[in-house]
Amino acid sequence: MDHVLTWMTFLPLLGMAVILCLPAGNHARIKQTALGFTLPTLGLGIWLFAAFDRGVTSFQYVDRVPWIASYHIEYFVGIDGLSIAMVLLTALLCPLCVLASWGIDKGVKGYFALFLLLETGMLGVFVALDFFLFYVFWEVMLLPMYFLIGIWGGARREYAAIKFFLYTFAGSVLLLLSMLVLYFGTEPHRFAMTELMQRSGSFGIECQHLLWLALFVAFAIKIPAFPFHTWLPDAHVEAPTAISVILAGVLLKMGTYGILRINYGILPAATADLAFWLLAALGTFNIVYGALCAMAQTDLKKLVAYSSISHMGYVMLGMAAFTPQGINGAVLQMFNHGTITAMLFLLVGVIYDRAHHRNIDGFGGLAGIMPVYTGVTALAFFAAMGLPGLSGFISEVLVLLGAWQRYPGLTIVAASAIVLTAGYLLWTLQRVWLGAPNEKYLGLAEINARELVTLLPLAAIVVVLGVYPHAVLDLINTSLLHLNEIVKAGAATGLALR
Amino acid sequence: MEPTAVTFVRWIPLLPLAGAIVNGIGGAAIQRRFGKGTIGVLAVTPVAAAFVLSLVAFLRLLALVPEERALLDVVSRWIAIGSLHVDLAFWVDPLSCTLLLVVTGIGGLIHVYSTAYMRDDDAYWRYFAYLNLFTFAMLVLVLADNLLLMFVGWEGVGFCSWALIGFWWREPVNTTAGNKAFIVNRVGDCGFVLGVFALFWALAASGQGTLVFREIQQHAASLEGRVLWGMPVVGLVTLLMFVGATGKSAQIPLHVWLPDAMQGPTPVSALIHAATMVTAGVYMIARLHFLYAMAPATLAVIAGIGAATAFVAATIGLVQHDIKRVLAYSTVSQLGYMFVAMGVGAWSAGVFHLVTHAFFKACLFLGSGSVIRALHHEQDMRKMGGLRTALPATFWTFLIATLALTGAPLSAGFFSKDEILWQAWSSPHGGPPLWMVGVAGAGLTACYMFRQVFLVFFGASRVDPHVAAHVHESPAAMTLPLVLLAAGSLLVGFLGVPALLGGGNRFAAWLAPVFASGHAPAPHAVHDPGLEWTLMVTSVAVAAGGALVAFLIYQRRVLSADTFAAALGGGPYRVLLHKYYLDEIYWAVFGRGVLMLARLGAWFDARVIDGIVNGSATITRGVARLEGRFDDRVVDAIVNRLANGTFALGTRVRRLQTGNINTYLYVVVGAVTLVLIAKLF
Amino acid sequence: MPGVPLQHVLVVALVLFGLGLYTVLTRRNAIGILMGIELLLNAANVNYVAFARYSGSTDGQIFAIFVIMLAAAEAAVGLAIVLGIYRNVESIDVTATHSLRH
Repeated sequence: MDHVLTWMTFLPLLGMAVILCLPAGNHARIKQTALGFTLPTLGLGIWLFAAFDRGVTSFQYVDRVPWIASYHIEYFVGIDGLSIAMVLLTALLCPLCVLASWGIDKGVKGYFALFLLLETGMLGVFVALDFFLFYVFWEVMLLPMYFLIGIWGGARREYAAIKFFLYTFAGSVLLLLSMLVLYFGTEPHRFAMTELMQRSGSFGIECQHLLWLALFVAFAIKIPAFPFHTWLPDAHVEAPTAISVILAGVLLKMGTYGILRINYGILPAATADLAFWLLAALGTFNIVYGALCAMAQTDLKKLVAYSSISHMGYVMLGMAAFTPQGINGAVLQMFNHGTITAMLFLLVGVIYDRAHHRNIDGFGGLAGIMPVYTGVTALAFFAAMGLPGLSGFISEVLVLLGAWQRYPGLTIVAASAIVLTAGYLLWTLQRVWLGAPNEKYLGLAEINARELVTLLPLAAIVVVLGVYPHAVLDLINTSLLHLNEIVKAGAATGLALR
Repeated sequence: MEPTAVTFVRWIPLLPLAGAIVNGIGGAAIQRRFGKGTIGVLAVTPVAAAFVLSLVAFLRLLALVPEERALLDVVSRWIAIGSLHVDLAFWVDPLSCTLLLVVTGIGGLIHVYSTAYMRDDDAYWRYFAYLNLFTFAMLVLVLADNLLLMFVGWEGVGFCSWALIGFWWREPVNTTAGNKAFIVNRVGDCGFVLGVFALFWALAASGQGTLVFREIQQHAASLEGRVLWGMPVVGLVTLLMFVGATGKSAQIPLHVWLPDAMQGPTPVSALIHAATMVTAGVYMIARLHFLYAMAPATLAVIAGIGAATAFVAATIGLVQHDIKRVLAYSTVSQLGYMFVAMGVGAWSAGVFHLVTHAFFKACLFLGSGSVIRALHHEQDMRKMGGLRTALPATFWTFLIATLALTGAPLSAGFFSKDEILWQAWSSPHGGPPLWMVGVAGAGLTACYMFRQVFLVFFGASRVDPHVAAHVHESPAAMTLPLVLLAAGSLLVGFLGVPALLGGGNRFAAWLAPVFASGHAPAPHAVHDPGLEWTLMVTSVAVAAGGALVAFLIYQRRVLSADTFAAALGGGPYRVLLHKYYLDEIYWAVFGRGVLMLARLGAWFDARVIDGIVNGSATITRGVARLEGRFDDRVVDAIVNRLANGTFALGTRVRRLQTGNINTYLYVVVGAVTLVLIAKLF
Repeated sequence: MPGVPLQHVLVVALVLFGLGLYTVLTRRNAIGILMGIELLLNAANVNYVAFARYSGSTDGQIFAIFVIMLAAAEAAVGLAIVLGIYRNVESIDVTATHSLRH
């Protein structure tokens, strides 16, 4: 199918245009239109999954046309193993989020229009292979998020929205600067990432380090890595359920995706030098710190937010391992975390919609009131703590196994965090879902069909990938091994440069 | 050795899994529609079928030559990344086959027992879903052909244990016990996975990175002499994996979860916390015996911890009042014996004790369940007594199992425990001190077990009168398993009769091919039979002495328990009663410690890190305000001053516009004159 | 007239100019100022003619005719303006027309 990536990326944008033309009062029609434009995108994603060639390292389904020719800016999109996993994740989560947003009742038109714009931005970031195009899509994502959090969010939504926006934007400035340095510093001046990847030698090793650092800070804000993470708890807590899901499920992956695509691909020598402190050690710290902070939370959503920080630490550690298991585990963890955390936020949304608060100590014994809900929650919680048989285990074990070869000490610290994770998750499960039922909530409605429909596909994926992880691993393996090779080659030339 | 490829073995774990799924998803509806009987059938059938298949596997193995006894069932590829290649594959050799029979056989009996025991519970279907799921996980653990799949089963049984301990989840004390079990197990699991990683990479460095057991065994020799952080790699790996075993098999210091696990239904305690899950650690060491044989330091640690646990747990069991707690500590203690066996390299002795212990401990737990149910869920032994007439079947099976546990001659426990004690003394890794601790433990074991028997079944009845009126024997579904298990406790021992007593130790012979490559200790025939007889008689005598003490205290009332309790100011008694205050210490150090750390982290995050972020925002706003003021007062002032100055200048210059022509003409004339003068000069 | 030195004629012109300047600068009467302007112009004329006579060329005389013509035009326009001002301000005193002053 020709131009499949362009279709996938811009179909939601088309949907946004259609929605803007609809009358604002017809909520049902607006929601159906949104669904009607996100489902085909998912369909295209599934087609891609089937048709993708898993054995090559080159970019597939490439569309490349000049855009702003005088600056050699091109509309250059394509996917490899790394991006297809993220594209699939995005395509999967968006219709589910549209379903989860069914309860929005004010500003419906604006909400879904912004959401579809957001989807275009997200898909564009993952498929863009021209740095300028990448940057444009990166910025396109920010504005809808700002409004989605700031208008449809919770009590402190304006604070959370502006904090998110300014923080990410500050990172984007570094991204812009680095992009320009890369553009002007290489001969001939090009923005295409495939060409930049071959020209990193134009910079001295110190300059490469600085560039890497600048790019890293921009992406670290998104991961989010300590200490650039404090925007996340606020953004997650205040955002509406579906936006939290998309934020945790997709946006956080852009940070690590960016590091893999740009830092690893374009600046491999610096990657090899800086990986220990800035990826492995920082990642391990994320794991432990996120778990500890999660344990102390009383707001259910904030707890899940900190658990996200903890889980993304595994991605960072795995990336830095430069072993096949490590990097595969890292990207698999990106995918798995997207599905598992999406489930967690959807589940929190279920109870918040009914009780209108998220205070952990304010519930109790929900298992007696909403047993099916409890069952799904237990599945999600055990997936989050990496119970073998579910997908989280595979990615965590691959990461830790891969990391042991280079960083055994850090692996020991990271592995010990599984106890902390089990601790806070089981404790929370006990306080909220087990125990004597809280009289205030005896009449709460059980989870309904729509909410189940948003959760079950994710639950199915979590279970299936635990038994058959190669559904995803086969997609990503070839490209990730290639990335590892690039870094190793870069490390060798880096040594020569000194 | 070439394993025989088969495809039926996969159904051994998969049938219980199917049962779990059916009961888990449709159980509530089925129970409403067809009643609890159907649920029971749906639950027992898969396990019974699995038992039949295990027998088939056993017979298939028997049909093979001893050196070729291995069946391999590869279901599918699981993970193949880099040099790591593990499949969903099941491996049946004499060792796993033994465990298979135990898990499915005794598990099946416990399933049958549960159909009657849990009859009054509404969540009947959920119980059986979890019980089937547990059976599945345990079978995966036993059958896995690689370490990662074994870990899936390892944690899977941990999950089911959590679910079943906290089965009556409305009571926080139950769910807390479940959480405690899972978390303490996870501490052990940490060690386990780290050991797996170290093993994989050590093997990879030697040429072949693998986690498949038979391949590890083939390449184990290449690990000789490898060092990591100054320690031999094999020693490190085995030690880390032993940490995992410590957690799963409740050895010191990670034993604290097992007594609390008694919060769960009694059949659960029988199955999971006596017969199967807790033996996983022993099984794992047996599986990897070839590695442990290369690490004498670790073996010493294992033996030491095993012995310490055997002794300490027995002391605690001596003073407990809850009927199940006594048995829980007894389990911990007996597991200690199994680890002593593993620690001295007596692999088959340890596995033998695992098998016999499964029989009599399950029997004891189920018997206690029978008592508890008859007394309407009374578990305090101080409120029991004289029940042997009311509960005859329970009493006799309990007594037989007790005799087996204490090592009464010719019972199963006698043969297995004797084997361990003999190996503890005579093995090159063992020694007399180990034997002495073991014998002391045996004495204590006899003491507390007979204490239990006397308190529960003999003497005057201390049962609450309301309850006493309704005491009656349990239904057949419960007593039949008891009888079968008691029979096993007597008969299974004859599989392992040592050469000393004329037997051929068929059990050890059966397992010999599995352990052949390890540094198995030399068979008995080489050692001193006289010494062996002496040790055997001594240990029996000590056990008998312990039983006698219990008899004197609790039956004949010649000695008083209170004297012992009050000895040395009651301090030692209180220490024992409170389990050496270990739970309190752990909570204070780890529980409170982690919570404090967590709160500190959250405070740090919200106040310091976020404080910096918000502070930077505040500073930016302040700078903006200053800049605004600067803009207003300074920059704008300049502009304004410029305007004002221009205006003032304008005012002054405007005065030239007098409107008076004469003035203008004066100016013109003056200017012309000036120009003329200038031109002249 | 033979023998009248040039300087004498120039002095006459100068005196005329000075008188005209004085008239222009000090009179309050608009017509008076115009008369003064006439004097100035005529003084310039005398100067022109004198130099024409004493240098032999007729350029000066031609200039003088131009100046006379100019003076006539200017007097006519000036008087018309004074007439116009008189109609608005009712006076021919130059100090009366100061409405553009602050």
